[in-house]
Amino acid sequence: MKILVCVTSVPDTTTKITFTDNNTKLNKAGVTFITGPYDDYALARAVELKEQAGGTVTVLNVGGADAEPVIRKCLAIGADDAIRVNAEPTDAYFVAEQIAAIAKDASYELILMGRESIDYNGGQVHGIVAELLGLPSISPVMVLNIDGDTAKITREIEGGKEEIEAKLPLVLGCQEPIAEWKIPNMRGIMTARTKPLKVVEPVANEQLTAVSHYELPAPRGAVKMIPADEAEKLIQLLHTEAKVI
Amino acid sequence: MSVLIFVELDEGKLKKSSQEAIFYGAKVAEMTGTTATAIAVGQADDSELATAGRFGATKVLHASDTRLNEPNGMAYATVVAAAAQQEGSTVVVLAKSSLADAMTARLAGKLKAGLAANVIELPDLSNGFVVKSSIYTGKAFAYNELKAGIKILAIKKNTITPEETDASATVDSFSPALNDSDFVISVKSTEKATGDILLPEADLVVSAGRGMKGPENWGLVEDLAHALHAATACSKPVSDLDWRPHHEHVGQTGIKISPNLYIACGISGAIQHLAGVNSSKVIVVINKDADAPFFKSADYGIVGDVFEVLPRLTAAVKAL
Repeated sequence: MKILVCVTSVPDTTTKITFTDNNTKLNKAGVTFITGPYDDYALARAVELKEQAGGTVTVLNVGGADAEPVIRKCLAIGADDAIRVNAEPTDAYFVAEQIAAIAKDASYELILMGRESIDYNGGQVHGIVAELLGLPSISPVMVLNIDGDTAKITREIEGGKEEIEAKLPLVLGCQEPIAEWKIPNMRGIMTARTKPLKVVEPVANEQLTAVSHYELPAPRGAVKMIPADEAEKLIQLLHTEAKVI
Repeated sequence: MSVLIFVELDEGKLKKSSQEAIFYGAKVAEMTGTTATAIAVGQADDSELATAGRFGATKVLHASDTRLNEPNGMAYATVVAAAAQQEGSTVVVLAKSSLADAMTARLAGKLKAGLAANVIELPDLSNGFVVKSSIYTGKAFAYNELKAGIKILAIKKNTITPEETDASATVDSFSPALNDSDFVISVKSTEKATGDILLPEADLVVSAGRGMKGPENWGLVEDLAHALHAATACSKPVSDLDWRPHHEHVGQTGIKISPNLYIACGISGAIQHLAGVNSSKVIVVINKDADAPFFKSADYGIVGDVFEVLPRLTAAVKAL
């Protein structure tokens, strides 16, 4: 099985987000970048499928050279090789076009990624990639098993889940509990250093969207505390003051 | 040239989030000097669809081919793309949902559209077409200029409060060509909680964490939720421990919600949990630990034992 896993390099989930340059750039000072948590699930499942049935796992990132530590970690976890498209990921369509250009003639049976990146949370890239390649897309995938040329999938829907079957090739957006996150071991880290990481230039693209600037949410007002033995007062306040019930 | 709004049906009825999308689309139509057209896909009565008029749509296109009876993101995207072409629409609005999420991307691919997800305000047309969206899981906002000829806006719950009139929309049947390649995924079975309020649609949410000590104590949470007509939610550890199903998990790696009221019981408030709920209008935190970080992000707080506080709150709601 030939699997492509697309990963993002994103600020750690505990990051306090701030901006610089008049709110036009993310302040990267002191920020740790990690593989997108959802992408990590996709990668872990891809490595498991390879271990079960053989094949290859290729990791793909659209990003600058500063994303390479994240890519090397994916190689250490068990991917065989990696491709970095040398461009800032400006929007979902741009990233999807880059992925589609790489995947177009490469006959991957599975193209996996996280259900969404945790920076823009759009959750759109897998669907656009699939549309550009003329393939089905399914997200968010919680269980993925392969039986011959058929994928057996559990997808989360509002208030529940559904069991799906579809023929490969497929593009899937993944989330927990598709696999346990994998932590690279020392051997993985050593071999990752010599695994191939190819850098390619982006395909030309028409800019469909642009971020003009960013903003931080206004802080909430001070919390109003209610003594536990007067808990009923909370309901009165929600009714008469906050007017939400 | 009309603004096109995808209307999602739940058992033949307009979903509440779609009413919000119609009202939003109608406002954009007003701003751009055009009309709002809704597109509904699947089984529904014309009389129900005509209620889209109350929220500002002048016309509803109804695609009711029997192959569209079951929600199918790919086929629905094909239908909406065809409707956008027929109407010459340059703005397409959808309310975020698991179905709409599956459609938005495919639509963007088909129409080569400029796409903004998690939109939280009406667009600013004073200098191009700029929309504000929630990013970094609610920790920040981006102002996105949509430069493409066709713009797709996926709006978050509570972006706008719909106002109703007694207007009615005309309903036209719509039968675009369908692609066989959109019907290659087969849904074998669906498991869906019935009778409960869907969490992403809920105005009020009662949520609980490990402070509840075990799944057997969830009755207290459910009692308050039922009294308030609220949905129930939980923190990640609770879903990881299988105390509650995954679709109730709110937070960074679960679902993100923006209800009017979020009541957190026995949840300490890790930054990853806050990320999923911080766009709630009002946040209430109940925790026995006065130092729980969640109190810093709350509007109202009670330091106390959830096992004593919850029944008192339920009784107080019933007495309202």
